[in-house]
Amino acid sequence: MTEFFFFLFAAMAILSAIFMVTQANPVASVVYLVVTFFALSGLFVILDAHFIAAVQVIIYAGAIMVLFLFVIMLLNLGSGVPADIRRGLARVLAGSVALALIVVLTRLVLGDPGTEALDPSALASVLESEGAVRALAEPLFNRYLVAFEVTSILLLVAVIGAVVLARRRAP
Amino acid sequence: MREIGGGAFVLATALKAIVFFTLLMVCVALATYVERRLAAFVQDRSGPNRVGPIGLLQPVADGLKNLLKEETWPAAANHAFFLLAPALAMIPATVLFAVIPFGSPLPTRWGFVPMIVADVPIGILYILAIASLGVYGVVMAGWSSGSKYSFLGGLRGSAQMISYEVGLSLSLVPIILLAGDVRVPAMVTLQQHYPGDSATLGTWLLLPLLLGAFFVVVTSLAETNRLPFDLPEAEGELVGGYHTEYSSMKFAAFFLGEYAHLLTTAALITVFFLGGWDIPFWQGDNIRVLSDGTLAGDPSWWKTLLTLVAFSVKASLVLGLFMWIRWTLPRFRYDQLMDLGWKFILEFVTIYILVIALAVYTLDRSGVEYGWTYAGVLTGVNVVLAGLLFIGFDRGRLLRGAGQRAEREARRGHMEARRRVREAALAVVSGEGAAPEETGEVAPEGGR
Repeated sequence: MTEFFFFLFAAMAILSAIFMVTQANPVASVVYLVVTFFALSGLFVILDAHFIAAVQVIIYAGAIMVLFLFVIMLLNLGSGVPADIRRGLARVLAGSVALALIVVLTRLVLGDPGTEALDPSALASVLESEGAVRALAEPLFNRYLVAFEVTSILLLVAVIGAVVLARRRAP
Repeated sequence: MREIGGGAFVLATALKAIVFFTLLMVCVALATYVERRLAAFVQDRSGPNRVGPIGLLQPVADGLKNLLKEETWPAAANHAFFLLAPALAMIPATVLFAVIPFGSPLPTRWGFVPMIVADVPIGILYILAIASLGVYGVVMAGWSSGSKYSFLGGLRGSAQMISYEVGLSLSLVPIILLAGDVRVPAMVTLQQHYPGDSATLGTWLLLPLLLGAFFVVVTSLAETNRLPFDLPEAEGELVGGYHTEYSSMKFAAFFLGEYAHLLTTAALITVFFLGGWDIPFWQGDNIRVLSDGTLAGDPSWWKTLLTLVAFSVKASLVLGLFMWIRWTLPRFRYDQLMDLGWKFILEFVTIYILVIALAVYTLDRSGVEYGWTYAGVLTGVNVVLAGLLFIGFDRGRLLRGAGQRAEREARRGHMEARRRVREAALAVVSGEGAAPEETGEVAPEGGR
């Protein structure tokens, strides 16, 4: 059963990611990307990472992609948008970057992961005793509190920066 | 007693999903009927009363009409997305129903069956995740129709739903603070009264989290696009809003989605603030699942039925409140809507979370255990905050749009003139013996 769902979501993620890149219509691309996020969220659920799955949908599918869609529709970008990569040399460069990425990822998958794999049953027991959220919240707000707060300040800086850039300058 | 497992679990879950979905759709049909009758009552007319006894078969007639109507395809529409949008509007609202506990667990020979389709470990987060997807139906419909009215409705809808989602998520935080858990059935247990047990609060959260309930209701109205926040489909300005171009069953899908969303929202408010399926002043329904998976309490089929009835009554009351609000309040203006969401609700709910967290911390530190004292202190805090909110803040100062302050000054003079006209008219008319109600019509229009 679990394997069936894994392959279902994995196939969904890969196919919709490919469709997302190949679609000419930007709105269709956005929709396929949302489907990809959903499939990833399904994979997280299979891994017993319910919190990450929920956050994936809330943040990416529910907020960020809606804003993408909003902007695309507001600017009314039709399907007649020319491709970014047109000339021969650019295509070769883009292709080689993609190839390098594939090589690196394959090596990561096939080789030693470098970190110790967590026992799935240990994860399940933590989920049973602590719940999906507390198991993540405890280390986040105790041991990694500084990193967490610094990250939020980073986001705040980005927001303020965006406001400053977008503000109309006084004449 | 343990929960049923294996094949029986799959079967029971499938059965529950089918039964609850059917029930939801029947309730949606009934809700449209009730809404129309209620509207008629408010507006002093009869409403639908021709099809079946007291018009009860009106939803069937409506459904049949929608099935038989012609499907229209606007020339400028993007067909694939035009078709996708109604489905996207309907699915999130119905899927949300999966995490709502309807009644106490049902005991069977093979173990107990919880009266909830899927008890996911992330409960409230699941609700937020699925609710955040409701916006796609609106945006998609608005854009793919290829019509300016639809497009404006879609843009308004997406901006409004994103804005109020923030407020809604934050107003749910105090509940999580009290429950210490995000699972939805834990909310029901928290509000049940277990004498001598310091793990549950013992009262419905409506009182200890009065303001939280208020904000959840307000933001839910905005999330479900209902009056006073129905700007995405403001018929006065946008013909029909984002579903202007839709006809027949595709339009009906939007309608079904809207009412299903309304019902799920009412059910969620029931679970969060009205004790869910808890029957007040009766400890016989104290049935809960312990952390080791066994069932504590004394379950039986008639208790399940009774709690189901209790849940339906409470949810219907919340639904009635929503309908009552719809036919009572006028629509907000768009800038007022955005001001309310971003400049008021967001700030106040943030402060509210801090105050509640401080109260919970102080109570825990001073050794007060969960119970009526705890709930009483929180209620006091809420009453004080509510006083600050409703008396101190809102005298039309915060929710007033730009340019309205000058208008108010002008209105003062206008009201004075209006009063003088009315008095003069009354003096004339009362001499001739006409009905005094009609004299108001003499006053000049435009004062609002």
